[in-house]
Amino acid sequence: MAQIFRPGADTLARVVLAGIAVVPVLAVGMATTLWRSPYATAQDVTREQPVPFSHEHHVGGLGIDCRYCHTSVEKAAFAGIPPTETCMSCHSQIWTNAPMLAPVRTSLAEGRPLVWRRVHVLPDYVYFNHAVHVAKGVGCGTCHGAIQTMKLVRQVAPLTMGWCLDCHRNPGPNLRPREAVFDMTWTPPAGQAEQGTRLAAAYHVKSPARLSECSICHR
Amino acid sequence: MTGRLLPSVLLPSLLLLGACDDLSMARQKRYDVYRRAELWSDGAEARNPPDGTVQQGALADEAALADPPPVDAALLQRGRERYEAICTPCHGLTGHGDGMIVARGFPRPPSYHEDRLRAAPARYLVDVITNGYGVMYRYANRVEPRDRWAIAAYIRALQLSQGARIAEVPGLAEKIPAEANPEGRP
Repeated sequence: MAQIFRPGADTLARVVLAGIAVVPVLAVGMATTLWRSPYATAQDVTREQPVPFSHEHHVGGLGIDCRYCHTSVEKAAFAGIPPTETCMSCHSQIWTNAPMLAPVRTSLAEGRPLVWRRVHVLPDYVYFNHAVHVAKGVGCGTCHGAIQTMKLVRQVAPLTMGWCLDCHRNPGPNLRPREAVFDMTWTPPAGQAEQGTRLAAAYHVKSPARLSECSICHR
Repeated sequence: MTGRLLPSVLLPSLLLLGACDDLSMARQKRYDVYRRAELWSDGAEARNPPDGTVQQGALADEAALADPPPVDAALLQRGRERYEAICTPCHGLTGHGDGMIVARGFPRPPSYHEDRLRAAPARYLVDVITNGYGVMYRYANRVEPRDRWAIAAYIRALQLSQGARIAEVPGLAEKIPAEANPEGRP
């Protein structure tokens, strides 16, 4: 009777057996790593914009308050992208012929909004509201990072569900007094642990159990 | 062999991979704020209401603009916060018209401490915030009606602070020897 298996069959069988054990683990590991990587989350991706608006210059250099342009951040889900009129409040008088600002002037003349490229994109099944975060003492820099150092804005946080939950399960370390919310240079003071607990109570921040419920962000 | 490989292994894999591209939940067919809308010629989801449309809450806004709120510490605090966020780039922290952007070539606004603006009624300040003045754009869509009154109240406080007499500040006169400040200014 002829041999059914060739001499290499044992090796092949061992490789296949090992593969059955290892490949699913590797595949799941790679998938989750990739899924959380900047490649998938767009973390640290700097977006080109129609006008190279620099937060480094306007916020870090000139000290303009966040709310001068993002007017609805305290009362709406969206912080608000300023209308061209806001740019022209100053640029009707200074840098009036700068080639860099040509799209702004065209936008005002033609009444067509500038089309900025969105940097922070959440999936549509996520509910996010700026106003409530600001009202509860979460500062701009907590999620947006050191905007005042960015020539073009990039997303510094991964914006994954795990990242959101890290704070929803333990908001204390990220709470600051309301008057410091728009202070881009704020850093947690020495007694932040006690301050966080105190502010959470004072601002009626809901319990970690409530903040971790599905319907808080998926509604 | 390949005849069986295609339906048994490749096809399910392809189907699974296809799921990676299914963004129907992440990118739903709806218009969110600032979303691009190909339907309209300007590509914006937000539409300008037809002429003559009365916005919800417009009557309340009008009423808030017509009737000044009572001035208390909370209103002044609110006014200070708004003033420092919105007005300081031009008018400066003390209202002398020496803001950051003026130092960079923007036409200098008048100081709040000149006689004309000291004498001007608060409603005049609110009107200027609402409608703009000279090279100052209107701030009606950036400052809520009640906040305009709050800012006007804070400007009054600034005016007081820059022109106060020592005798008018409680407890200050005792701390400063009179001969050190014959004009009586703090």
